[in-house]
Amino acid sequence: MTSAERIVLKGGRVVDSRGERVADVAVQGGVVVEVGEQLGSGRTIDASGCVVAPGFVDLHAHLREPGKEEAETIETGSRAGAKGGYTALVAMPNTDPPQDSVAVIDFVREQGKRAGLVEVVPSGCITLGRQGETLAPMAELAAAGVRIFTDDGNGVQDELLMRRAMEYAKGLGVTLAQHCEVATLTKGAVMNECQCCTSLGLPGWPSIAEELMVFRDIELARLTGARVHFLHLSTARSVELVRAAKRDGLPITAEVTPHHLSLDETRLTTFDTVFKVNPPLRSLADIAALQAGVVDGTIDALATDHAPHPRRDKELTLDQAPPGMLGLETALGVALGVLDVSLTQLVRIMSIHPAQIAGIADRHGRDIEPGAPANLVVFDPNATWQVEPETLASKSRNTPYVGMTLRGKVRHTMFNGDITVLNGEAQR
Amino acid sequence: MVMSVDDVRRAITRIAHEILERQQGSASLALVGLQRGGAWLADAIAAAVNVIEPHATVPVGYIDVSMHRDDIGLRPVVPGAISRIDFAVDGTTVVLVDDVLFTGRTVRAAMEGINTYGRPRAVQLAVLVDRGHRELPIRPDYVGKNLPTHVDDDVRATQDGVIITNRVSS
Amino acid sequence: MKHLRSIDELGHDGVVRLLELTRHMVEINARPVPKVPALRGKTVVSLFFEDSTRTRLSFETAAKRLSADTMTFSVSTSSVNKGESLRDTIETISDMGVDAFVVRHKSTGTPWQISDWTNASVVNAGDGWHQHPTQALVDCFTVRQALGVERFDGLTLTIVGDIKHSRVARSNISAFSMLGANVVLVAPPTLLPPDVAHWPVTVSHRLDDVLARTDILYMLRLQSERMSQGHVPSLREYGETFGLDAARAAKLPSTAVIMHPGPMNRGVEMLVDPSALPNSLIHQQVANGVAVRMAVLFDLLAGESSTAHLATVAS
Repeated sequence: MTSAERIVLKGGRVVDSRGERVADVAVQGGVVVEVGEQLGSGRTIDASGCVVAPGFVDLHAHLREPGKEEAETIETGSRAGAKGGYTALVAMPNTDPPQDSVAVIDFVREQGKRAGLVEVVPSGCITLGRQGETLAPMAELAAAGVRIFTDDGNGVQDELLMRRAMEYAKGLGVTLAQHCEVATLTKGAVMNECQCCTSLGLPGWPSIAEELMVFRDIELARLTGARVHFLHLSTARSVELVRAAKRDGLPITAEVTPHHLSLDETRLTTFDTVFKVNPPLRSLADIAALQAGVVDGTIDALATDHAPHPRRDKELTLDQAPPGMLGLETALGVALGVLDVSLTQLVRIMSIHPAQIAGIADRHGRDIEPGAPANLVVFDPNATWQVEPETLASKSRNTPYVGMTLRGKVRHTMFNGDITVLNGEAQR
Repeated sequence: MVMSVDDVRRAITRIAHEILERQQGSASLALVGLQRGGAWLADAIAAAVNVIEPHATVPVGYIDVSMHRDDIGLRPVVPGAISRIDFAVDGTTVVLVDDVLFTGRTVRAAMEGINTYGRPRAVQLAVLVDRGHRELPIRPDYVGKNLPTHVDDDVRATQDGVIITNRVSS
Repeated sequence: MKHLRSIDELGHDGVVRLLELTRHMVEINARPVPKVPALRGKTVVSLFFEDSTRTRLSFETAAKRLSADTMTFSVSTSSVNKGESLRDTIETISDMGVDAFVVRHKSTGTPWQISDWTNASVVNAGDGWHQHPTQALVDCFTVRQALGVERFDGLTLTIVGDIKHSRVARSNISAFSMLGANVVLVAPPTLLPPDVAHWPVTVSHRLDDVLARTDILYMLRLQSERMSQGHVPSLREYGETFGLDAARAAKLPSTAVIMHPGPMNRGVEMLVDPSALPNSLIHQQVANGVAVRMAVLFDLLAGESSTAHLATVAS
């Protein structure tokens, strides 16, 4: 551990909720100790040409451990996160066994601590086993530190059960996150239901399968007063519904993935299973609406939905291949390429808001000032680079961005004052 | 031009006579032209036969050898006109007809092709021009003209004459 | 293009080329010894992940008539699930020396995926609801043969049935349109694809309305599962509204022809015995199957689309 040493991030531009300013940042003992120009003494880390910001927080990462370690482990996922500039990852609960008991929650948290690369924040299931039938022991899990609950992978289908979950969650002060998908409408679906899939003869996932549940949960939130967060929104209408809900002052938040902001449904005409994802890639009009939603603040956060799958699982036919793509190491590069936002807004959606939604804003997504925990990212917003699958830290290789040029590269990441990534290389 | 239109006509008439003489008549005789060069020649020989023996009816067929070639796989094969053999081949003397005999591979392919129609009593070969350079043990029974050529020469034979274009090899 | 995966990929010129080549194959099939050595030494592997004895035998017969060697893998999907990915299966078989894969799979796109994992030519014998190009070639050839025409300008092809789930429909719409036909689709809305309005076709929900101007009536099979999935209330009601019975057959113009890709669901879409209909081409469709598939295999492995000779030259 080198946290006792004074480290100076030199020559960069600090960006946090207050805006942008040229400043060096000195860190010691795990916290920021000084922010100002021309700071001296200590080990110098070059941040010239870079942004220094609070470390990114991913609200949505599948770390696969326990249960599917051949795809990813908490350690390899953490490393991928650190390389992507993340200092905290909310681990999705569709593990095996699922994160619906304190034992599994503690295990996941401990594995994260052992890897020591990011803070792994386990989410809990809403329903036992994610079966959608009975509630998981949310109070017990909340007492063990869980702040956000979801059945991600599936949406909670039963309206009454969802109402009960919201009422219960309200009492505990926790957030429910929904994967919006009416399962009866999407059976066997492989891509967005659209002109493309019609001529390809592929079963389609109609947009209303997402929108119906978004509408339902907004109204249930109106009724119960619960805090609801929508995972990976993908359609224009979903954005409209959330915009109206926020206008009505409801405690609704929403996230979007980098792939839903950048890739459209016609990618599936190659029949490459890397583009199969839930919810599916949508139309150009949907993409435009999602981007506009990020710009006007309707969408609060960028979340990766990092979903690793081993090569063999993706080398199956389209209907058999599991949905999902990698996201942690390419999120910044994709976001800067497609979003027309200021750096301050970028930091808001990748760090400040997700930290608040995840309930970890006391230590992540904070303004960079003396006393703040040193969870930082240093990235070059102008560097271009190409994705080479073999160099990814993730154990899996299912990235849709192979061969594409991305703009924006993480140079260094700092977690609790330790350098986890230096000059693009993981230090652990 | 090595054969004029009249040379060709006379050669065809002579070949028709030779065929009839050797066959001792036209019974169980058939002409099969190799697509495409031999088709017109088979028709011409049949017409000549009809002039010599007006009551003779010698059936004429056509065979496309592209499916039987031995160089399939060395270059793409595009079949020509479709084969048409409307008569029984079993027990018939089939005279294969081609305009130019060169390496002999086309004739070999034609013989193999004929076997898918039946078992001829005998197979004979009539050509307008034999230009040499055989690569297989194939010899013609009836020849219009023997023509020494260079292997790179181009030989064209039609009803109107036979033309050799010398290629200067570098 | 060294593969035959979809009609659109084949293109108009490719369709015409294969239809012409089929005439050669019809002649070969009529010979006392219907066998030519054209594909001697080539290996054609049938990979049928979906059961289909008829199409598989049609391909295998075609390969054998061209003197190719054949191998058959009737793979049930479960054996692929048992730890061996589709890619592993293809690469293992390819290692045995394969010149062409003939693939049928219930998942759309499989032939394209397989092409990425092998150097062999890939022939699509049906992928999901997407394409069945050899069936479309059989159907075009049969109509050309029956009507004595090469193009279908001014003719109306009416396809009746479960268009949404039909790869035969998709391939035929492309192929017949390429040759100039008008295409009419007849089905209840639940059996039409969601975006059919963007297709170059006319749509009707009433079969009786379109019979008088139909030149080629193409009946599709309705699978019994469609009833349990809510697409139609009952097979009986489907038959009443969209089935071909004697009365409807009589409404067709005298020059019209009737087709079906098989196998037939008697009592559902076919309420009359087709052998009782003089204008049925169903037997000819079956008969032409081998010749069309011979043309396809010949074209890919020895004819204009073959690329094997390029490998030889390169080495």
